Amino acid sequence: MTPALLCTNLRAQLGGVDVLRGIDLALPAGRWTAVVGPNGAGKTTLLKALSQLTPHSGRVEVLGRETRELGARQRARSIAWLGQNEGGAADLLARDVVMLGRIPHQDWLGPATASDREAVQAAMQRTQCWQWRDRPLGQLSGGERQRVLLARALAVGAPVLLMDEPLANLDPPHQADWLAIVRAHVEAGGTAVSVLHEVTMALHADEMVLMDAGRVVHQGACANAATHRALEDVFNQRIAVREVDGQRVALPVHPGSAPR
Amino acid sequence: MKPANAATLFFALLAISVALLLVGSAVGSEGWEPLWSHLWTHADDAQAAAILWGIRVPRSVGAWLAGALLGISGAIAQGVFRNPLADPYLLGSASGAAFGVAICLVVLGLAPMDALGWTSRGVLTISGFAGAMAAVLVTLVLAQGVQHTLRLLLSGVIVGMVFGALAALVMFWQPDIMRTMQAFLLGTTGFLGWDAVALLAIALVVTTVVGIGSSRALDALALGESTAASLGVALTPVRIVLVVAIALATGAAVAQVGLIAFIGLVAPHLMRTLAKPTHRWLLPLSALAGGVLLLAADVLARWLLAPREMPVGVLTAVIGGGYLIRLMHRRPM
Repeated sequence: MTPALLCTNLRAQLGGVDVLRGIDLALPAGRWTAVVGPNGAGKTTLLKALSQLTPHSGRVEVLGRETRELGARQRARSIAWLGQNEGGAADLLARDVVMLGRIPHQDWLGPATASDREAVQAAMQRTQCWQWRDRPLGQLSGGERQRVLLARALAVGAPVLLMDEPLANLDPPHQADWLAIVRAHVEAGGTAVSVLHEVTMALHADEMVLMDAGRVVHQGACANAATHRALEDVFNQRIAVREVDGQRVALPVHPGSAPR
Repeated sequence: MKPANAATLFFALLAISVALLLVGSAVGSEGWEPLWSHLWTHADDAQAAAILWGIRVPRSVGAWLAGALLGISGAIAQGVFRNPLADPYLLGSASGAAFGVAICLVVLGLAPMDALGWTSRGVLTISGFAGAMAAVLVTLVLAQGVQHTLRLLLSGVIVGMVFGALAALVMFWQPDIMRTMQAFLLGTTGFLGWDAVALLAIALVVTTVVGIGSSRALDALALGESTAASLGVALTPVRIVLVVAIALATGAAVAQVGLIAFIGLVAPHLMRTLAKPTHRWLLPLSALAGGVLLLAADVLARWLLAPREMPVGVLTAVIGGGYLIRLMHRRPM
């Protein structure tokens, strides 16, 4: 099966420092992959390089086609991006923000079509923010704002959804809702890749990619014990993966002690 | 407060513009003297007709157009630089345009502004454009981009001061241009004629077409560069085109009316406060608001102390400065 995203010898620098050091990775289509690792591991840069949003060397393919050969519009229709702490747009109404997700589908100066409006409404209803569609983004709380921004990414209707820290500002109930939204996207045949610091949430994914110091140190199913051990290793045994009520959770480990 | 409907606001500003144009053509050197009623009964009064059609109407229309250019260029600057304080004045482009105009006056040895013809005004506008473009580029280089508000503002202030000092140096070397330049630095609509109106109108049409053509890109940029690029927006070409449009609008306005402060900052802010529009509406609304603000200030500047006239740039600086202080206390910079 063709992977959703494939990269070969992917390298990137930030400020002259190597951030990605030759990454070879195949992310399966129709699955949710969580990218996890300590701060500075290169997770965000990896996602940006996969979406062609940062300078890099190496080859990247999306759904079997090299991304550099795709036009900007075609690439935008294939990969939806939700960035970390997207700022600004405080004076735009929530529905106008979500409508921005339709840019790859719209003519240069043409008005929004009925299908654009339907996609916007559907995305906002999925993230439960349709009720404040006429409120400016700047007047929403952090969590409300994050749901609008997720709707903006969903409104693109791209088969591949890349998200960098999408749970920032979301309270636990809305984190659970986010899980359901991602799961629905994957069950509909889409692919999701998310950088997550919430390790317990990341363990709900199908696959996990572990990064450290600009390299991928492990890739495997979240259900695998080998992935759990690798996860504990990448955080220097400062977390422990345990099963509680049929769910995997990551518990903090204080130096010199072990979780019960 | 529920945001106003953008279309309603558009037509309201259009109506206010027409009303102000009527008022502007009725205010003369002695204050309120509506010549149109006089011409209604004395159609053969050539002097009254000349004052109305040769002085007051082009001055009022020109003031509106210059304000519109400053308003729309402010809205574009705030969008493209993702910075609520990025107006043509604070980016240094207005001082750059004034420097360009000063150089042009010296090189061409031009007489006072009101005696200028089409060609000279055209050359003056091109000089203003070149100066504005140079100043914006220097500001961006000094600020190392547009991400840091404080660095951008400081760079704009520095560039504005340096270009202002260079313009003063030109004046020092060529005292002949002192009178014209003084009017420029204070901001005046007193030199506007039909040729200036035509140039301003052309610049406004070009800026509006370019701005509205880039409106979706400007909206996308509001969410950040990465998001805009992920949506297929070609950031570099869009930025280049828009920076050129800002410089054209500022250069054209400054070449005709001199340094008019804060219109480019206040007009887009007012519109965003009232209507929360996307850039497709924000740009024309900011143009209309800029036109209304400058024309209203011009009418007041002519009327308040008649028969003396206050430089309109002084009035806009006082009003705009007050607005900026209010803004500073209402939202974080």
